Amino acid sequence: MNPRAPVRTALKLLAMTAAMFGFGYALVPLYDVICDITGLNGKTGRIEQAAAEAQGPDTSRSVTVRFVTSVNAGGAWRFEPAVPSMTVHPGGVYQAVFVAENTRPRAVVGQAVPSVVPREGSLYFKKTECFCFTRQPFAAGERRELPVRFVVDRRLPEHIDTLVLSYTFFDVTPDEGSS
Amino acid sequence: MSSTTADLLHDDHHDKPRGLKRWLFTTNHKDIGTLYLWFSLVMFFIGGTMALIIRTELFQPGLQLVDPQFFNSMTTMHALIMIFGAVMPAFVGLANWMIPMMIGAPDMALPRLNNWSFWILPFAFALLLSTLFMPGGAPAAGWTMYAPLVLQTGDAFPFLIFSIHLMGVSSVMGAINVIATILNMRAPGMTLMRMPLFVWTWLITAFLLIAVIPVLAGAVTMLLTDKYAGTAFFNPAGGGDPVLYQHIFWFFGHPEVYILILPAFGVMSQIIPTFARKPLFGYASMVYASCAIAFLSFIVWAHHMFTVGMPLSGELFFMLATMMIAVPTGVKVFNWVATMWRGSMTFETPMLFAVAFVILFTIGGFSGLMLAITPADFQYHDTYFVVAHFHYVLVPGAIFGIIAGVYYWLPKWTGRRYSEFWGKVHFWLSFVFLNVTFFPMHFVGLAGMPRRIPDYALQFAEFNMVSSIGAFGFGLAQLVFLGVVVHAVWFSKEKADAKVWEGAHGLEWTVPSPAPYHTFSTPPDPRLMTTEAHS
Ligand SMILES: [Cu+2]
Repeated sequence: MNPRAPVRTALKLLAMTAAMFGFGYALVPLYDVICDITGLNGKTGRIEQAAAEAQGPDTSRSVTVRFVTSVNAGGAWRFEPAVPSMTVHPGGVYQAVFVAENTRPRAVVGQAVPSVVPREGSLYFKKTECFCFTRQPFAAGERRELPVRFVVDRRLPEHIDTLVLSYTFFDVTPDEGSS
Repeated sequence: MSSTTADLLHDDHHDKPRGLKRWLFTTNHKDIGTLYLWFSLVMFFIGGTMALIIRTELFQPGLQLVDPQFFNSMTTMHALIMIFGAVMPAFVGLANWMIPMMIGAPDMALPRLNNWSFWILPFAFALLLSTLFMPGGAPAAGWTMYAPLVLQTGDAFPFLIFSIHLMGVSSVMGAINVIATILNMRAPGMTLMRMPLFVWTWLITAFLLIAVIPVLAGAVTMLLTDKYAGTAFFNPAGGGDPVLYQHIFWFFGHPEVYILILPAFGVMSQIIPTFARKPLFGYASMVYASCAIAFLSFIVWAHHMFTVGMPLSGELFFMLATMMIAVPTGVKVFNWVATMWRGSMTFETPMLFAVAFVILFTIGGFSGLMLAITPADFQYHDTYFVVAHFHYVLVPGAIFGIIAGVYYWLPKWTGRRYSEFWGKVHFWLSFVFLNVTFFPMHFVGLAGMPRRIPDYALQFAEFNMVSSIGAFGFGLAQLVFLGVVVHAVWFSKEKADAKVWEGAHGLEWTVPSPAPYHTFSTPPDPRLMTTEAHS
């Protein structure tokens, strides 16, 4: 046996170790891709205004969109939809309004994270404009209307007649960003 | 390999230092194996003490002994210490002692690396155990360290992460050494398909370690940066997802359970033929079954997270893939039973543990099949049924495998026979109390008792009391084990001959007992290597 052979084997194995460490990190973008394809986690899509309007509403069908709101631990907002639900036609562009009020006596920054169920339906729920696209700064005690413009794709499967759109508000004020 | 290359590869300790220095600087595979095994025994008792604190609190419903936070620390630490401190180092210890002797090599391929990989461990566990005294207490979010809960850990958090990193470095270095040894150091004539099964299962285990320990290291590093560096891998506010953590963790976690059990399969495949006085039935199928189990272990991880909300197709895939593992595992159990079939069996202590392994591990395998059924899992998930399941595969599986191996090879290590009577006492106490402890957990689990809680509903009181009594009995039995080992190492007068067991085959039994400090400095006669191939 060549006395360097074990060292060569060890170096190959070390390279494998490094590659698997990288693979662990590669799972992060991979997971996002799989979520996009399958609609896992109800992540919602984005669409240009023009493309959304080009669809045109399918008035032969109606879909109920319900709105659900919650505030994550550590946040302090009063956060509600202006109306609990809307009936929409697939292909039409609609606007829903949410109302958030900062109940803290100081300025905070919020980030809303959307999710749609059923999972299958989330693939067809697209937004042209949303308060969740950017962070939302609030002055102390500020109350604000937060609009979202959306379209339910005409290709939404027949058996889905209700979608639930939920938003969770997270406190991402820089000082507390890591907590 | 010639003795000149052996000299190149490792220092020859003809004037080996004595006392502490011998153990600190040793590069001898037998010394390092001994260090690993003692370390593991110490961790086994520390982890066991934590288990007894858990069982004392659960002896009766209500909160008596400890506060809930500390209780959760105990379940978390018990698991981390038993998995990474007791079971894994014990198998690395057995590998160090036995693999070179079984393949006719003079030592491990990378002796200095070997010294490092052991001496990292005491530091890793000193870090982990020190968290018990920190503000905010020891980690209490479960050994799985799920985000975001684990991010609430107090000062202990970075110590937890760094200790996991160190354990990982140690395991990977150990695995690299095992593979480098097996692939490069086999004596002439020791072909791959002549290797004893313990060597085979360790080779596969070592590849599993290299494949998944780095993924765990990545996952905990992501936790660390999420907490301190502002990344948002698992934080939805920054675009991350806590469920992602579970996927990454269990990508490591499921192969990890085979890391804990495959070497025990190997030990069984050495012991059962010895005491059945027949060659192992289906040697080649054992090798292929082990490889199949290792491969399947990479594609079943999400069976630990059926309840997170997966697409139906995903649940079906992971359910069926998981059930497929029963096939190669069934092949193994069949082969062990077929080896015993019409053998001239005797029941010395190693064989008692081996037979109990086959029976009780199979029970644990069956409850695993129940958990694999997705719709049923929604009821069993996070209940004591899961606790019963994994203790049935880990205690009579991994732990009995280690104990059986220790009894089997102890005379070879010490040159003296252990007390067969007290060994059998140890076995029967362990066997009875193990079942008293863990069997009732199936029932309380099916009835809905959740795991990781310090208090429970009144209807679970009787079974929990039984479990707690069993746990103390089992703990006591392990003191008998300690006594047997101490006696065999320092006090026994009964000399063991080279072969030790009448039915033993393999190169390790051709060297004297105790095994000399250096064995196979010149390669053994290839005619001695007929044991496995003839089956
Ligand atoms: Cu698993």
